[in-house]
Amino acid sequence: MSAVVSPIREPLITGSKTYHDITEDICGPTERAPGLLWTIAMALSVAGLAVFAFSVFWTVYFGIGTWNLNRTIGWGWDITNFVWWIGIGHAGTLISAILLLFRQKWRTGVNRAAEAMTIFAVICAGQFPLIHMGRIWLAFFIFPYPNTRGPLWVNFNSPLLWDVFAISTYFTVSILFWYTGLVPDFATMRDRSTGMRRKIYNFLSFGWTGSAKHWQRFESLSLILAGLATPLVLSVHTIVSFDFATSVIPGWHTTIFPPYFVAGAIFSGFAMVLTLMLIARKVLHLEDYITVEHIESMNKVILLTGSIVGTAYLTELFISWYSGYIYEQFAFFNRALGPYWWSYFGMMACNVLSPQIFWFKKYRRSIFVTFFMSIFINIGMWFERFVIIATTLARDYLPSSWSYYVPTWVEIGIFVGSIGLFFVLFLLFTRVAPVVAIAEVKSILKTSGDQYKGKNAMPHHHAHDDHGHH
Amino acid sequence: MSQNKSKEVLFGLYDDETDLMDAIRVANKEHLEIDEVFTPFPVHGLDHLLHFEESRLHIAGFVYGAMGTLTAFLFMSWVFTRDWPIIFGGKPYWSVPAFIPITFELTVLFCAIGMVVSYYTVNGLAPGITIPTLHDRITDDKFCIAFNTNGASTQDIGNMKDFLSKTGASLIDSKVV
Repeated sequence: MSAVVSPIREPLITGSKTYHDITEDICGPTERAPGLLWTIAMALSVAGLAVFAFSVFWTVYFGIGTWNLNRTIGWGWDITNFVWWIGIGHAGTLISAILLLFRQKWRTGVNRAAEAMTIFAVICAGQFPLIHMGRIWLAFFIFPYPNTRGPLWVNFNSPLLWDVFAISTYFTVSILFWYTGLVPDFATMRDRSTGMRRKIYNFLSFGWTGSAKHWQRFESLSLILAGLATPLVLSVHTIVSFDFATSVIPGWHTTIFPPYFVAGAIFSGFAMVLTLMLIARKVLHLEDYITVEHIESMNKVILLTGSIVGTAYLTELFISWYSGYIYEQFAFFNRALGPYWWSYFGMMACNVLSPQIFWFKKYRRSIFVTFFMSIFINIGMWFERFVIIATTLARDYLPSSWSYYVPTWVEIGIFVGSIGLFFVLFLLFTRVAPVVAIAEVKSILKTSGDQYKGKNAMPHHHAHDDHGHH
Repeated sequence: MSQNKSKEVLFGLYDDETDLMDAIRVANKEHLEIDEVFTPFPVHGLDHLLHFEESRLHIAGFVYGAMGTLTAFLFMSWVFTRDWPIIFGGKPYWSVPAFIPITFELTVLFCAIGMVVSYYTVNGLAPGITIPTLHDRITDDKFCIAFNTNGASTQDIGNMKDFLSKTGASLIDSKVV
């Protein structure tokens, strides 16, 4: 086939699947009535969404005063949650774009769900900047449009405006990339169905036929979208970090922020992908497509990015001391040993120490350990953003304005509710679309299926291996 | 949906992409004119066998991207030097480094949207379009070679059928689309 696969690679599709088995296994769950687990999960998520809607209504109706922000601490849970969600969104594009450029075949098993996760996480992230504006009905002011005020334009020199462009571009490109891949799979679902369902999937599949010329263009488009999405995903979190780094606040004003934020984003995103995929493979019976091999690969990325993040934390500490600048030194002393010391230690324990367990192959391949680690990391990465935002703001230049901040029920409600929003979207997705990219998995079957590769391989299949070349 | 003109198609389904590729090699040798090939997933090397030209989508992508670059950069330059110059933090009106992030984002945005729209347009695909398929298993696990038999003689059709059966097609059928 297209690329030579090293003999030491393990199979990525187990159970001696045929092409038709793949179609059945992946389309099947969407064609049956949802199970009890799905229904319970959906009920809980809808309850969460209701909490979200109510808390947002409360904020908009009574104003930002319902939050505990004050003159000193102007950003609290709102921007913490924004950065947390947008970071989670990064893994989908990393898996689908960067790993496509690196020709990592294991991405095919998880890219569809990871991209869906990206889109839903960005939707959740987008809520927070909008809500924290207070007067949300004026949110369109962030766009540069001809207006009757001069026209007076937005400030193109501001990182906050760069963020508007970065996140809306990221959202748009992610959706285009995701949907382009979904079209052939919707056609597969269309051709299996009848009646109304066929009409709906016909609409969604844009009339896809599987023509060889279309596939050629599809491949060309995928490659270029991947090439575009790769610098895009790096730029998005870089620009998010500029929101902090371009300000003149000790603890924020550091050049290390862009790479540190990007690594942290990938780290938290992979953790969320693992949380979701470990549940999805069990509930939707996808163990043959999302194998322990996939989980191990993702754990390796977690170990790498977790260690980058850890190095960044230590570098920050060292540089703040080495700078000889007392405000910078105090900012970091305050982070580790100030009033929010518990969030700093939570961050260090969850993000730096605990992922080191993945140096051991046994734990990288353990589903139980991986699941708990993925939750730990999500908590740790939330703490990281809280440390950067609230801890830094709580102690500024003037001791007279020092302050402390705890969220109100409204802020907690919006955060917890946003998790409900996320899961409602994800659970709906598992009902209407193939959770694994059907066509992409079929295209790696001959190189990575366990009947062709690994210890269960049947010898006669190798005869065909080189035919596809020219 | 009604089609502009109906087409008579003779097609064969193969069970494996290697059988399909072997068959296309035979067809090329026998100078049989294949109308279209349908597969459930992208089969590598098929474009060479079918003598497809390289897709020009990437050229279009470059043009769209360049349009995005120019739009963003020229617009911001115009706003801050001509339309409503404002000094931010003592910086020059035309502060080029600060324009880089938005210029980059719009380059990517224009390129992605432009390419996706072009891709569906040249493929003739859009929401709501129905293109009659030859067989429901083509998007599942069958690989299809289709011949256009409009105006073909009985002998030609016989040749095509012989070709399909001798190259191992598991199903041979004809359809008017």
